[in-house]
Amino acid sequence: MNDSLATTPAGAATRPAIGGGGWPRFRRALLAHRGLALGAVIVTLLVLAAVLAPWLAPHDPYLQNTANRMVPPVWHEAGNWEHPLGTDRLGRDYLSRLIYGTRISLFIGLVAALISGVIGSTLGVLAGYFGGRVDAVISYLLTTRLAMPVVLVALAMASLIGGSLITVTLLLGLLLWDRFAVVARSATLQVRDAEYVQAARALGCPLHHILLREVLPNIAAALIVVATLEVANAILLEATLSFLGMGVQPPLPSWGLMIAEGKSYMFFQPWVIAIPGSALFMLVLAINLLGDGLRDISAPGGRNE
Amino acid sequence: MWPFIFKRTLVALCVALTISVLSFGLLQLSGDLAAAIGGPEATAEQVERIRIEYGLDRPVVEQFVTWLWGVMQLDFGRSYYYQSSVMDLVVERLPVTMTLGLLSLAIAIGVSIPLGVAAALMRGSWVDRLAMAIAVTGQAMPNFWFGLTLIILFAVNLQWLPAAGSESWQGFVLPAIALGYYATPAMMRLTRSGMLEVLASDYVRTARAKGLRTGSVVFKHALRNAVIPVVALAAVELGFMLGGSVVIETVFSLRGLGQLAWQSISRNDYPVVQAVVLIIALFYIVLTLLADILNAVLDPRLRAR
Repeated sequence: MNDSLATTPAGAATRPAIGGGGWPRFRRALLAHRGLALGAVIVTLLVLAAVLAPWLAPHDPYLQNTANRMVPPVWHEAGNWEHPLGTDRLGRDYLSRLIYGTRISLFIGLVAALISGVIGSTLGVLAGYFGGRVDAVISYLLTTRLAMPVVLVALAMASLIGGSLITVTLLLGLLLWDRFAVVARSATLQVRDAEYVQAARALGCPLHHILLREVLPNIAAALIVVATLEVANAILLEATLSFLGMGVQPPLPSWGLMIAEGKSYMFFQPWVIAIPGSALFMLVLAINLLGDGLRDISAPGGRNE
Repeated sequence: MWPFIFKRTLVALCVALTISVLSFGLLQLSGDLAAAIGGPEATAEQVERIRIEYGLDRPVVEQFVTWLWGVMQLDFGRSYYYQSSVMDLVVERLPVTMTLGLLSLAIAIGVSIPLGVAAALMRGSWVDRLAMAIAVTGQAMPNFWFGLTLIILFAVNLQWLPAAGSESWQGFVLPAIALGYYATPAMMRLTRSGMLEVLASDYVRTARAKGLRTGSVVFKHALRNAVIPVVALAAVELGFMLGGSVVIETVFSLRGLGQLAWQSISRNDYPVVQAVVLIIALFYIVLTLLADILNAVLDPRLRAR
């Protein structure tokens, strides 16, 4: 939704990070950078929750029980430990749905970011490496893409094709490549005349070798940072589309859908939207912290915001 | 200067044309339009009559040219659902969306610039950390959920403001906060980094050395220069906010363009959908063009690109 990074005049936050360091350096940075550490811990926990969902969830997330509808969470007087986060309007266990919902959010976030990453990085690297007319055409594509209102276009397309987990993932993957392209382009511009690239050219290496073996590894750090932020972005957009009824369809436990289903109960039982909303907020916050932290440690000079 | 403006305007026009092709393509993708207009009970002859009446039997290119010709004269065709001209619907709904967009922008500017300046002046202090915390949480907050939370807090529990409706100014306060909050982080970060850069520059040091008071240095010399890119970004953010209005207007039941778009998507009323997509894209194109020109006027280095 918010593509400010791509349109910031000086590209303030998109400084490409060059230089490796490997795992020991990452581990040291992780310990020194509190935001990064916090983000990494929360993301790890939520990934574990998604992977281990069948063992962690106390109930079947789809099992309806009309005798047990809208049970409040355990901290309410009427709550009980059988359903720690209560049940929804169909009597399904809220905690189990929340845990299984982690799978949906992470799946869409990761796959959409992967698709848009491949599209955006390819376009960006080509634009940066060749410059000239190639750059002009790709920049034009980018400008056009940025002018399209993402939520609106995604909503309209999802309603045309029919909303589902796969359509939403593909749509977001096809729409969110802009930041990848901007960052890949500016990072490639910085390395295209580097000595090792010139050496590879002089040796007569084929083009795909130069782009994949020389350019790509050296801009990967910057792309990983974008990928993190784009995973978060895709998760938020999926929730928005599902909330508006054009995304993931019932009975799947998407967090956005859970908020939509709880909307008519929110005045008397605010927890029905507070619980999935907080989960969404926490996941996105943690991924953003991870991304910001990665940018800080990979950019020489540290926090340059 | 003028060649730059001319070139940029030409690109903007081409982008607008591309977007119009894409939004027209949307209508073509939606299947047999004549059958859709006729409804499920229409007989084959009736569908045929509609096809001829709406010009749907013509070649696609001819239809596109006719449509585009109409659009240039501000005629977007007729709504399938309302049986009235799309332009009338848009004119009726536009003031609400513009009010919402401008109010959200005012809130975003009112929060982000003072906070960004304070964060830069007191770098590393609690103010700076608070500003960073606001920026990080702002990016992670799903705006529809934030909107619902505002309704529960201020409309239901405290009863300070109405939860829905665009009849009075009070109805705009909560939606504008929900929409404006999302644009705050990027503008705040840009103000902060701009101020840091300007405060470290030679002319500010000279001003200080002349013995000018800190207040005068900060507000007359530094802020004026630091704020210009923020104004340019604000124009772009306004474009995004108009696109984001589809979510917020739906949450707060505001009768604006965004809500119209969402309802039309649910009703398969594609002439309205394509008109709204195009109009919001055009606003964005014009606003980014203005931002580009503003930046170029102020920073001659950008004109060379």
